[in-house]
Amino acid sequence: MNAALIATDLDNRPEGSDGADQLGHFVTGELDLSHGVALYLEDITVSFDGFRALNSLNLTIDAGELRCIIGPNGAGKTTMMDVITGKTRPDAGKAFFGQTIDLTRLTEPEIAHAGIGRKFQKPTVFEQHTVFENLELAMKTDKRVWQSLMAWLSGDDRDRIADTLKLIRLDGEAGRPAGLLSHGQKQWLEIGMLLMQEPKLLLLDEPVAGMTDDETMRTAELLVSLAGKHSLVVVEHDMAFVEKLGGKVTVLHEGAVLAEGALASVQNDPRVIEVYLGR
Amino acid sequence: MRKPLIVRILSALDSRAWIALAAFLGVALVAVPVLHLAVPEDSALHVSTYAITLIGKIMCYALVAVAMDLIWGYGGILSLGHGLFFALGGYAFGMYLMRQIGRDGSYGADLPDFMVFLDWKALPWFWTGSEHFGWMVFLVLAVPAAVAFVFGYFAFRSRIKGVYFSIITQALTYAAMLFFFRNETGFGGNNGFTDFKRILGYGITTPEMRLVLFCLTALTLAATLVFAAWLVKSKFGRVLAAIRDAESRVMFIGYNPLWYKLTLWTISAVLCGVAGALYVPQVGIINPSEMSPGNSIEIAIWVAVGGRGTLIGPVIGAFVVNLAKSWFTVSFPEYWLFFLGLLFIVVTLLLPQGLVGLWKKLMKKEGVAA
Repeated sequence: MNAALIATDLDNRPEGSDGADQLGHFVTGELDLSHGVALYLEDITVSFDGFRALNSLNLTIDAGELRCIIGPNGAGKTTMMDVITGKTRPDAGKAFFGQTIDLTRLTEPEIAHAGIGRKFQKPTVFEQHTVFENLELAMKTDKRVWQSLMAWLSGDDRDRIADTLKLIRLDGEAGRPAGLLSHGQKQWLEIGMLLMQEPKLLLLDEPVAGMTDDETMRTAELLVSLAGKHSLVVVEHDMAFVEKLGGKVTVLHEGAVLAEGALASVQNDPRVIEVYLGR
Repeated sequence: MRKPLIVRILSALDSRAWIALAAFLGVALVAVPVLHLAVPEDSALHVSTYAITLIGKIMCYALVAVAMDLIWGYGGILSLGHGLFFALGGYAFGMYLMRQIGRDGSYGADLPDFMVFLDWKALPWFWTGSEHFGWMVFLVLAVPAAVAFVFGYFAFRSRIKGVYFSIITQALTYAAMLFFFRNETGFGGNNGFTDFKRILGYGITTPEMRLVLFCLTALTLAATLVFAAWLVKSKFGRVLAAIRDAESRVMFIGYNPLWYKLTLWTISAVLCGVAGALYVPQVGIINPSEMSPGNSIEIAIWVAVGGRGTLIGPVIGAFVVNLAKSWFTVSFPEYWLFFLGLLFIVVTLLLPQGLVGLWKKLMKKEGVAA
């Protein structure tokens, strides 16, 4: 994503989707999961120079659900994550986090603050910072300038970082610059950073790419253990991993949902076989 | 247990750095004044007025270099317009110095000479209160801060980055220079301000006043280094380094880079303004050429030569380049710019970490050999 595009996105932020304007009471507020819905996307459309990356996409993620998204390259998986996290503004459609938080009106830091955490496809950790500092920066806290100037880690904070280090099996690497970690370790560090944010909804873009089979299975166990308390959306190509996660599967194709259901039923869907698995 | 802020600031420097800083202050605040005032002029140990003015001037440059390094080395934002903030601080204090001339100017008038020459009858509105020392010191801080804040807000909000940002800052200082060149602007046109006589009623060219300014500059530089060390070691500094390395990642973990960059940018501009205000009484002149694009580029060269991303690097760079400059411009005046260009190329190609990086490399090699 280039800087110019981001800038345009910010300036052309829509005044809210049509439906929201009519109802008039869709304001940003506290996260409300009372109706059991964590994420609600309706008729989301995103075009880049005439190419429809997302085409009236509808998707609902329940609170505490673990959902896998699969689909061929260019199906719109990453664009969908960009819309949810505020990096890309949809041309049309509604995106709500819980009952009340209108994602199309918030900036990236505001969305992160509201409780959506994202792990990128390419692991992006702060390479010059140590593993410990990476977790420290991600930790849920007041992230305004003055608070950062005055910030000082309490004993509890250190304990939390230590717990997360253990969980992601990097407790021996706390003082190393993150740039020196192996690819799989960086993936784990990024998952650790995600956990430090204490998000309600986790978006993970190919979390096990470049991991060994053993690491992949451990990641699956970790994510399954997080479901329930958190909602998770996992984009993944590795079918063994998707099977291990065991949740509902959504197949994206050409920017819209092609099929949805248990992995077995999706895999047997003739349309899915035609566009994706059959090739 | 939360440590009090003062303890945290003090612990930002390690013991070796504190010893170096104490040694520097000992030389600047005790040795230099004694050698200047008490040792006779024909002695080899005598520190001349020329040396005091030169070193005082270079310490002001070092202060600018530290400010530049904060935003460039730690924030990853290359400003090629820092000369503007330096000049704004200098002009604000220069206005006070112009008013201190009183009726001792060539025209013997209440107004500064250049206004009499332009046939102005009264001070323009923005000179109101310029006779008050406290108000002008406030403006030394406030004017660069306000200009930097407004400019930075729009630039960072529009997510202007990298070379585009550098070019815009270069244009900004150039535009300001053209503006200050105009006589109608009310800052003395291309002559700027000069012929200062007094500060707070005391003669500006007396040895005592020169030493006071010299010591004040040394103290400011030392205090700035401590402040900067605390700043870059705080969580604020770590967030900024993270923004420098992976800005979008920082946004997705909930920080708004705009305010972080803007805070650092404004602090950096204020430090430049302070340096400018200390510089003007020591060199005795301020004119729009301080805002010329070349000056701002030179600031970046000091930092690059010394080593960006370290705090001692810019100080070393400012001293090395400016001492070389004052020697070159006397011995081979026509070759200075060639040398400066060569220096920049050599440093960029061979010493990406500057002199500090070279030193670290040499120490490492020695360690391996031993």
